[in-house]
Amino acid sequence: NNCWHDFITASQNNPNSGWEAKAVEFFKDHLKEKDAHTWVPSLNDVPLHYLKPNSLVKFRCLIQDMFDPEFYMGVYEAVDPSTKAKVLRCGKYKDVTECGVRSLPNTVTAERQTFYCVPIPGENPWVKEISSSCLGFVQARVVPSTSYAPTRQKRSYEEDDDMDDMDTQMQREPHTAGVQAGPQSPTEQHGNGDCKRRETEAPSSQTAPASHLDLNFPLPGEKGPSCLVKVYEDWDGFKLNDTLEVFGILSVSPALSALADKKDASSSLLDPTECMETAEEQRVHSPPASLVPRLHVLYAKPLPHNNPLLPSATLEDNSAFLSSTLSEMASVRAELLTFLTPILLGDALAAEYLILHLISNVYSRRDVLPLGKFTLNLSGCPTVASYTERFYQIIQQLVPSSYYLGMSLQNMNQMRFVPKKDYSANRLVSGALQLARNTSLFLDETQLEQGQLDTAGVRNVTALGNLITWQKVDYDFNYHQMEFPCNINVLIASEGRSLLPSDCQIHLQSQITPPHMEEYLSSIHVHPQASQLNKFRMYLSVARLLNYSISDEVTKSVEDDFVDMRKDDPQSISAEDLHRMLVVARLLSLSLGQTSLSRDSWLRAKHIELLRRSRMEQHTCVNGNEP
Amino acid sequence: MSSPTSTPGGRKRGRNTNPSTPSSEGPTSPPSQRRRGQDSSTGDLMPMPTSPATDMLSPAAPQDNSLLSSPRPSVLPNEVDMSSPLMYGTPMRGTPARQRPDLGSVRKAPQVDLQSEPPSADGAVTSESNTGQRLVIWGTDVNVGTCKEKFQRKVMVFISVVGDPVLNVNCLHVQSFDAELYRQLICYPQEVIPTFDMAVNELFFERFPDSILEFQIQVRPYNALKTRNMRNLNPEDIDQLITISGMVIRTSQLIPEMQEAFFQCQVCAFSTRVEVDRGRIAEPSVCRNCNTTHSLAIVHNRSVFSDKQMVKIQESPEDMPAGQTPHTTIVYAHNDLVDKVQPGDRINITGVYRAVPMRANPRQSNVKSVYKTHIDAIHFHKTDEKRLHGLDEDAEQKLFTEDRVQTLKELAAKPDVYERLSSALAPSIYEHEDIKKGILLQLFGGARKDFSQTGRGNFRADVNILLCGDPGTSKSQLLQYVYNLVPRGQYTSGKGSSAVGLTAYVMRDPETRQLVLQTGALVLSDNGICCIDEFDKMSDSTRSVLHEVMEQQTLSIAKAGIICQLNARTSVLAAANPIESQWNPKKTTIENIQLPHTLLSRFDLIFLMLDPQDEAYDRRLAHHLVSLYYQSEEQIEEEFLDMAVLRDYIAYARTYINPRLSEEASQALIEAYVDMRKIGSGRGMVSAYPRQLESLIRLAEAHAKVRFSEKVETIDVEEAKRLHREALKQSATDPRTGFVDISILTTGMSATARKRKEEVAQALKKLIQAKGKTPAMKYQQLLEDLRGQSENAITKELFDEALRALADEDYLTVTGKTVRLLA
Repeated sequence: NNCWHDFITASQNNPNSGWEAKAVEFFKDHLKEKDAHTWVPSLNDVPLHYLKPNSLVKFRCLIQDMFDPEFYMGVYEAVDPSTKAKVLRCGKYKDVTECGVRSLPNTVTAERQTFYCVPIPGENPWVKEISSSCLGFVQARVVPSTSYAPTRQKRSYEEDDDMDDMDTQMQREPHTAGVQAGPQSPTEQHGNGDCKRRETEAPSSQTAPASHLDLNFPLPGEKGPSCLVKVYEDWDGFKLNDTLEVFGILSVSPALSALADKKDASSSLLDPTECMETAEEQRVHSPPASLVPRLHVLYAKPLPHNNPLLPSATLEDNSAFLSSTLSEMASVRAELLTFLTPILLGDALAAEYLILHLISNVYSRRDVLPLGKFTLNLSGCPTVASYTERFYQIIQQLVPSSYYLGMSLQNMNQMRFVPKKDYSANRLVSGALQLARNTSLFLDETQLEQGQLDTAGVRNVTALGNLITWQKVDYDFNYHQMEFPCNINVLIASEGRSLLPSDCQIHLQSQITPPHMEEYLSSIHVHPQASQLNKFRMYLSVARLLNYSISDEVTKSVEDDFVDMRKDDPQSISAEDLHRMLVVARLLSLSLGQTSLSRDSWLRAKHIELLRRSRMEQHTCVNGNEP
Repeated sequence: MSSPTSTPGGRKRGRNTNPSTPSSEGPTSPPSQRRRGQDSSTGDLMPMPTSPATDMLSPAAPQDNSLLSSPRPSVLPNEVDMSSPLMYGTPMRGTPARQRPDLGSVRKAPQVDLQSEPPSADGAVTSESNTGQRLVIWGTDVNVGTCKEKFQRKVMVFISVVGDPVLNVNCLHVQSFDAELYRQLICYPQEVIPTFDMAVNELFFERFPDSILEFQIQVRPYNALKTRNMRNLNPEDIDQLITISGMVIRTSQLIPEMQEAFFQCQVCAFSTRVEVDRGRIAEPSVCRNCNTTHSLAIVHNRSVFSDKQMVKIQESPEDMPAGQTPHTTIVYAHNDLVDKVQPGDRINITGVYRAVPMRANPRQSNVKSVYKTHIDAIHFHKTDEKRLHGLDEDAEQKLFTEDRVQTLKELAAKPDVYERLSSALAPSIYEHEDIKKGILLQLFGGARKDFSQTGRGNFRADVNILLCGDPGTSKSQLLQYVYNLVPRGQYTSGKGSSAVGLTAYVMRDPETRQLVLQTGALVLSDNGICCIDEFDKMSDSTRSVLHEVMEQQTLSIAKAGIICQLNARTSVLAAANPIESQWNPKKTTIENIQLPHTLLSRFDLIFLMLDPQDEAYDRRLAHHLVSLYYQSEEQIEEEFLDMAVLRDYIAYARTYINPRLSEEASQALIEAYVDMRKIGSGRGMVSAYPRQLESLIRLAEAHAKVRFSEKVETIDVEEAKRLHREALKQSATDPRTGFVDISILTTGMSATARKRKEEVAQALKKLIQAKGKTPAMKYQQLLEDLRGQSENAITKELFDEALRALADEDYLTVTGKTVRLLA
């Protein structure tokens, strides 16, 4: 992979050769090669100060905010310090110009867009572990000179046969990077080239982000680098909250932050443009590069999922994998059911519904109506022995990203759910509901006690309700609201019926008598074998990605069924119930690996719905919320 | 720098870095004197009116310069700056010029002759031969003379100066006048606008030689068609005239920006002025008088400053693609444009787009390779002012391409366009065809009429619709759809909104401590649709606000010292659930939803969304739902009209179609109304009110709009009648008699019910009278007596009502559980 770097540096000195398109092509081709993308070090796994500046890195992230497009010098004229000759330099994929810009006539202005990206919120530890061990697997050999051993991971990202090349690069690097930094920059060491020198420094930047800088993660307590991603083409195709895998050139030039520092000091009367931007805005839009690196995108790949166990190609392209998994799905499903049943206190029906919920996905929207969502309200959860927390831990083991939201009064009143635009800093301040697609949101209503919700609390509850009913979040832009569609699996655990709307409510029928609950819960085996877990994880992700259809024949029988049911008792089934049954039937088929609805699955869906409803009638709703 | 040949080089640099230092400028240099004079009135404490007057006598009047040529051999080399063709700041009969910081350092642009080489590196730029017509401004192809002449010819038609000496020029007019001039204006605003200024001033003082203005007239072009959307700005727009729309999100404090620095020598007190060029002052290092180096010091209070303000604007939500965050742009407002806009205003800005490289740190050789961009505002146009004033047709017009209009017209020509459109509305919701048709007509709205001369004020043109029905019959979904369809829609829930949230409230701005009127959903949806879900859960005080809005279409506010009346010409689409969880078919609409009849009568159409419970319907419903779940996107696209087409269709009809009643249609309406009155008159009750007639007219007009017809014809009236009848059938049928009874909606009680109440009251009175002289009776006892006597079942409510009726007659009073006779 080193030749790529050479390629880039070589071609950058020759800006008019149309190299840009070629280079991007080159990268795309190489990344398509088998496992090639695993060679590229990932910002998610490797601490920033172990990465070479101006090298190719990848980053798995969510677009948290979009900044304004910026104009930069695409081509500019500079003076070579050694030869004093005028040379044209290329500014693409770079933050800082080299050697001082001369006059403007030869400058070509181009446009690029900046996205503020954060690691995928709520990404579970197992995802991180597996994706970083993937990396280690390829680069297994030890490199003594760069003996970096990250905490989770065993190996350096460098291959030792790269070393020769690297050393030469190291010599080249200080040349360019040093010029960029300037001798007086105090932060120079951070970004500069030599790995050995950096080794002596405490790797603190990642573990303890500077307190003054809020990295704007959607969820509290998140860690990891956030990144300013600079996109050079087709930025209109990206949307807020998209999950991407970005391949790009890392830029950590300390000059970026140095410039920012200077600006604070120089509030000269004659240059009012500089003091126009508020200090907050400065801080947010040009944070120190050591904390928020810049990434110049060569290639960005939208991620349909973030499960590292799945092959990177799409399911359609990978028919061998697809057919092998499909054949196994029914058996894995049975296994998963036996695994989940004891956790749900021996309630097999609830476990079945839980599986359906976990593979649900908003697959389409018909005008305002999201199709395929399946919010599950698990009522009758025991409040002893922190059952819900334990339950969440299981979910966490199964899905790639999830978030536990205890609906305590304090949380509801104080947490920020809905992202809000902060105009003084000119950024979108994130909220807990700014989540990537297919994130499991676990709402623990057993935490809710009696008390007063204040205005913020009411707004938060409304936001949750909107999320569940319409799968959208109205972001607060102060002067107006803007609607962002989302695709979040909401699971509500409550004692009685939840105060939030839900698509489906199931009352947990515990097989365990309350006195033994504590004992039972502590005896549940929460940590199954890794291989089994991986099977479940793969199963859930694949089932979600499958296509689905209904044949005309089955359509007919479904219609007949509906008419018959209505004939018997019009009150028994409404259009809403049919909606739900169609979703249940769809999920049930998919969970069995069937991509089209069969008569059997329809009957089975009807059957489990009937079981569930009969159970519901025993626990008639008390608080009279509209379903 | 004293030889004329070296000037072009110095000039060229002057554009980018610092201009030639005024080292060789003698103290008697006429241009510097002149400039000082004209600026003095704005900057200095002491106005010097005599100075400009003397200048007029000066042979080298800049005005002439501009027409002739710039560098005449006789002038000093650094005269070049002054004799630039854009030295428009000519003092005219005592009227001082005012600098235009919005156009930047325009005076630095010299004129060049087209015949000579375009200024490439260091060639001799200016030719000494003054061919007048061939002269263009350096770097552009703008010829001052022709440009000015053209503009004068154009302006002749429009000129009239009122109030501020500012002439706003619609660029579209310029374009229709002369396309070439327009192109120049767009591409070289920095040069062309000062030329316009010059032209208009010459013209003005020619016509009104005696008038005194505060400063010279400034031309402000607006409505440049170059760019409409902030998102489309790209590097090609730099230094061009653009118009973008957006919303103000922040304004900065006022910033005094230095225009001209005043330097004084500490040794000999010689003073000199240096103009600020792009934020920089070239500080003179040597005093020209005494040749002392570094002796000059700046004197702040004799320097010239101008007002400047940073305004941040953000894309308006309508212009944005889904799923992206709005872009922001910095705008600098200068002089009197400062404080013209407030955060929250929606504005169209015309200005020059600028990109400035990030300033290099002097000690560092590296620069961030990024430019800072901003717009120097020339003209602000608020687009939301019409909420307070009348309709602004200019801003409201949505532009359609020829093709689009053609498509829409083809669609309108189809005979079944009405059905097509109504089925395209919320395709995911099954059937309810009449409701969809009603909503469709609501989206189009009636024709706006003005009766303010006759004292009636505005006639409501908007159709209000109420949907009632069982929970879970996709009422909310329908509302959501409409809210997403219309550009000015608002969605609120009766449960969550207070009267304040619906109307307007006064807020103190935390920064400026200024009171700001914040408008609520009803005002925000002016000219749009306000969707109110859970209408029944609204508190009484909130609902009462709607009374005014739904008929008078205004909103009066008297709060915190602000008394005003806002327009709220909004259509209300509301949804209400029955008080009991299920709709009770044995009760009237009023009894089911418990809304005051005063409010209900303001709805043109009230629909019931009930579960029809019949087999054929069930089958169709099932089919619809199943297909919803498995049909691919493409199939759906084919089946239904695109939402975008529908949106454009509605926007087009609302803007351009304004139907009037035809003779036959009026006759049909009259007949319909008379018929409606007749129904009731047989039974001795009123069955229709003028409000119903108005509703009919509105609906008929809306239907004509659907057909893109300028005339309301009989078929429109027929459909209006049909729809109105359907809605009435659903909502105003008296469950006791099975007749449609409009009084259920207008008075809250069906005629039979009222009759019955009277009967019971009379029976009760008789009963009491029969009991003889007993001053007090037990409530329960009386009820049982009455029940025993009457052949019909007497409910407790009925009994209460009867008691109340008698109490109103002052016959008795009810206190607790006892009934006392009066008199």
